[in-house]
Amino acid sequence: MIDIYSELTAIIDKDYVSNSKEELYMYGRDPGLMPAHEPEYVVMPTTVEEVQAIIRLANREKIAVVPKGGGLSLTGLVIPQKGGILLDMKRMDKIIEVNEKGGYAIVEGGTTHGALKSHLLKNYPHLRHSIPDSPPIATVVANAVIHGQGRLTQQRGFNSDMVSGLEVVLPTSEICKIGSCAVSQYWFSKGPPLPDLSSLFFGWFGTTGVITKLGIKLYPCKKYRDPVLFLTDKAELVPDIMRKLGRTEMIEDLVVNAQPIPLRYKDNYYILFYITGDTEEEMEFKRKMCWSALWDYFEKREGGFVSLVPEMKAPMLSMPSKDTTRFADVSKGGGFEYSGPIAPIEKYPVYVKKLIDLAEKYGLFYSSAARMIDGGHSMMFSFSYTFNRADPQTMKRAKDALDEAAEFAIENGGVMWKPNLDEQKITMAKMDPNTLDLMMRIKKLLDPNGIMNPGNWEVSK
Amino acid sequence: MPKLQFDKARCSTCKAVSCLTKCQYLSLDAASAKKEWQKIINGEDSFVLEACTTCYACEEYCPHGNHPFYMIVDRQEEQGILPSPRPIITMWVNQCEPVGKFTVGLMQEKALSYCFLPHFNALAHGKLFEDIEYSVIFGQEFFCNAVYLHYAKTSLIRARLPGILDNIRKQGIKELICLHDECYATYASLAPAYGIEVPFKPVHYYEYLIERLKSLKGMVKPLGLKVAFQRNCSTRLIPQMDAVLDDLLKLIGVERIDRKYDRKNALCCAEIFRMGKGPDLADDVQKRNLDDMQASNPDYVVFNCPACWDSLAGKVAERGLQPIHIIDLCKLAIGEEQSLKLAKMEAEV
Repeated sequence: MIDIYSELTAIIDKDYVSNSKEELYMYGRDPGLMPAHEPEYVVMPTTVEEVQAIIRLANREKIAVVPKGGGLSLTGLVIPQKGGILLDMKRMDKIIEVNEKGGYAIVEGGTTHGALKSHLLKNYPHLRHSIPDSPPIATVVANAVIHGQGRLTQQRGFNSDMVSGLEVVLPTSEICKIGSCAVSQYWFSKGPPLPDLSSLFFGWFGTTGVITKLGIKLYPCKKYRDPVLFLTDKAELVPDIMRKLGRTEMIEDLVVNAQPIPLRYKDNYYILFYITGDTEEEMEFKRKMCWSALWDYFEKREGGFVSLVPEMKAPMLSMPSKDTTRFADVSKGGGFEYSGPIAPIEKYPVYVKKLIDLAEKYGLFYSSAARMIDGGHSMMFSFSYTFNRADPQTMKRAKDALDEAAEFAIENGGVMWKPNLDEQKITMAKMDPNTLDLMMRIKKLLDPNGIMNPGNWEVSK
Repeated sequence: MPKLQFDKARCSTCKAVSCLTKCQYLSLDAASAKKEWQKIINGEDSFVLEACTTCYACEEYCPHGNHPFYMIVDRQEEQGILPSPRPIITMWVNQCEPVGKFTVGLMQEKALSYCFLPHFNALAHGKLFEDIEYSVIFGQEFFCNAVYLHYAKTSLIRARLPGILDNIRKQGIKELICLHDECYATYASLAPAYGIEVPFKPVHYYEYLIERLKSLKGMVKPLGLKVAFQRNCSTRLIPQMDAVLDDLLKLIGVERIDRKYDRKNALCCAEIFRMGKGPDLADDVQKRNLDDMQASNPDYVVFNCPACWDSLAGKVAERGLQPIHIIDLCKLAIGEEQSLKLAKMEAEV
């Protein structure tokens, strides 16, 4: 009988290998609603060679491997559906390089957004990256793997669009460079002018390999940053307002919030956007352009700007936003999850109506944040519901509401973002069969033994 | 529902029609003003109802105490005029709705009202408040609701105010020291104008401070400062308190500079204008006001209203002037430090 534990401790310092019950318990679940399933081992590598050795072992023994970043997807993407080895990437946390002139940073597979933000603030305060509104322990790699969004998404697209190169351990254990770094010492492009192979690793949830290094593009920090809040009480106006603001090309981030509490949110849609600039004049110009874009709504009294006092601005300026954490405990018991379709912004009114209908149907507290992506080509719309972890009935109601939301979102033209296993199944059922076949062939080609995060992107037999 | 106690006869004999002719945002001679005002009284359409910025000043300009501003707001509401966009009004209506969560301190018969303004958490401590600082009411349940005068919602004031007054009464309060000028204006002007009985004695904090400073006489050192005063909208509802402010400032050795935009010609903080009329008017009013403050070369710019503080204190500081709340000015006179300071807002990127 092979002693996997001993083999793992031969690869990694035994302090960073575990099969103890309490640790397997923790690694067997995430903060969302998907059922728990524990791994058999947890390992915390520090080098790419260690990762490579673990993958070799897993292939030899046909054991599942689940790479994990912050574990914050809420949709159970790193719950080890078939047990095996959970590869906790936390200790691979180095910021290897910041190329100031080239405008990118190279980080290891477990480097967190919080660490990168701190490093840039301290050493390169004129540079920034796209910070997601997840807790700062979210890792840069995992966020890109799930096509996360961040504070620069309105201007620059998904966070995965801002990647500038990868180092990957393939499921068959080879170390592979992706992008310009495959032929150059510079990490300036994840694909062009070469065939863009990076798409083999984003959106696949770790089923196609383990990203051990990632280049992420950096952008200038503006001297001034100011939140602007526009309200409307008509959901049907929201898409046009988003579009008009996007087309000014004057705004940074844009998020639309819909929720019944705190009471000031009730009965309105809160369109929060940011303007940035290097001079007061630039800020004033942008402010005026935004006012001008929305003047018709103001004149018709259908929308208005809120004068923000410092106490209101402070949480809006904080990055990441702490509102998500506060929202998570609205129902007390600390649970929340959201279904987040990526969809055309014109779908906002039907989605928000469904959000509220489902909250009423299942007796849940709701919230939605819709972030505009890439100037308005799409949005991420979150159907968010809270639940009490000590109350299984509420958890079931929340799960039922989210399942129904996902089906509705897909029926209405959306594509689920970081889908849980149930949502993956709905997505694959709806997918063009040839596309699905291509996906499965790619997966099989890269991971012939099916060891990488099994259960995800799998067609039921 | 309580109704405005308005005397048409007083207006019919008024020749000056000061409520409209003195308005800083209208340009009307007495004859046109009379015509428009008559329309308003009759419940007819008048451009004044749309043009009104809700600065409250006509309430002070009326020499007959006949509540022209309250009449305008009543008429705006009757005619469905929205002084601000509907969603802004909705936000205000919802966020101040009493929901049964009472935030109170160790209540005495004499109490402080923080209204719904957290600024007083910083301000209402120290020697000036030592016997009363924990006898406090705060929040929606005690919110005076006068803000709805800006939003053509006197019906909401009339509906909510009796409950608010009852909430205060239930705390056993006999004497309520209103730290927010607008609360005092509500209890001393707005409620009586609508025949709503106030079951306690409202005390303006100017009066409280005068009494308190007199009792601390030995500690008071005249400051020898010159200040520019930022007069807020609700002072227009209680113009009699302006002389009390003069007494207070005199007591601490502070000279109120006679600048262009103070007293009856005062300009409000104008942030309400931004939400109702747009940025051009608000920016213009704020610029004229700040220019005037700067030209008067004050040691401090003194604020009465926390909302004015939020709107203007930062802009005052950007011009190299020192903003301070009246309570803090009094604290300086007894050797204490300024407690309400500008929030440090650094762009986090």
